[in-house]
Amino acid sequence: MTQASGIANEQTSTPLSSSKSITLRISRYNPEHDDSSKFMEFSVPYERWTTVLEAILEVKKHFDHSVAVRYSCRQATCGSCGMIINGKPRLACFTKISELNSNVVTVEPMNNFPIIRDLAVKFERLFDTHQKIKPYLIRDDTELTSDEKEFLQSPEEVEQYIQFANCIKCGLCNSACPTMATDSSFVGPQALAQAYRYVADSRDKGKDSRLKIIDDSHGIWRCHFAGSCSQVCPKGVDPAMGIQLLRGYLLGFRS
Amino acid sequence: MRESTIMKIHYGTALAAVALVAVHILMRLTQGFAESLEYESVLANYKFIPYAIMLELILILLSVHGFNGLRVILLELKQGRLYEKAVSYGCLAAMIALIAYGSRTIIMTNMGMV
Repeated sequence: MTQASGIANEQTSTPLSSSKSITLRISRYNPEHDDSSKFMEFSVPYERWTTVLEAILEVKKHFDHSVAVRYSCRQATCGSCGMIINGKPRLACFTKISELNSNVVTVEPMNNFPIIRDLAVKFERLFDTHQKIKPYLIRDDTELTSDEKEFLQSPEEVEQYIQFANCIKCGLCNSACPTMATDSSFVGPQALAQAYRYVADSRDKGKDSRLKIIDDSHGIWRCHFAGSCSQVCPKGVDPAMGIQLLRGYLLGFRS
Repeated sequence: MRESTIMKIHYGTALAAVALVAVHILMRLTQGFAESLEYESVLANYKFIPYAIMLELILILLSVHGFNGLRVILLELKQGRLYEKAVSYGCLAAMIALIAYGSRTIIMTNMGMV
């Protein structure tokens, strides 16, 4: 195990000087060189408010700067730092070490995503499926051709889709989805939830074209309703419910 | 055929099969279990036309539902254009073959050819 003392004397701008420490196990894997992943362990001090991302950055700063991790906003807004933390997909910047109630914190790259290196994964499939469902308002008329500058909605109409608009494309739902693990062509809960977000939007007129896209042999019908996507969403989006509501349109229960 | 149409058939056949299998089990319970499975009792069931029609319907419903379920499982296991076509047409052919063989049994027994 790599110890904090004796390896580097560099000081951080906000040093973690707690007497408490945890063992941070980081999955290391470089597809260009390694046959399989292996874990490296670091002893990292932490405070009550220390997040897993801060602990990883502490490791990068003091022990091993080659650890690959993607992050940006550090406030659960950009959706960059999704990873498996103690077996569950979470945002590293939104998970405090103290809330894990464990002396060992294991971080691994998200499941169902190709690994670039260590904790960084490729998002191409997520972005491709997201783009596939046309994640924008489709209308024949726009404010460019109409006198109306706004498409007004009642609070009730906003309520129909607003929780699904909170998606930050972090990929945690796709990582937790059991169908994504076996079906490489499955659209995935993120894209399906976004399909519902636009289908349920009263301003949108692209319902038929979107339903046609997801009504495919690897589309909405391959969801097993495990519900794990909704369990792991850090923004409170419920993709599983969105998928069931979308099925209602395709089965003729909703119009 | 659109996947939603296939899945409507899938759910419909499941519901109808549950109802008809329930009738089938209730009919078995009208006799003692061992007596119900005696050779002559089974033949009598096949020769009673309404019951034979019900057995034929159960055969069709369960075959359609079962082979579509198998198709879905196989599509999730592996992907590829050729593989998916082979699975879809293979399951359809197997379903037709099973229904044909089961129907032959029901018709032959009903007509007293067994």
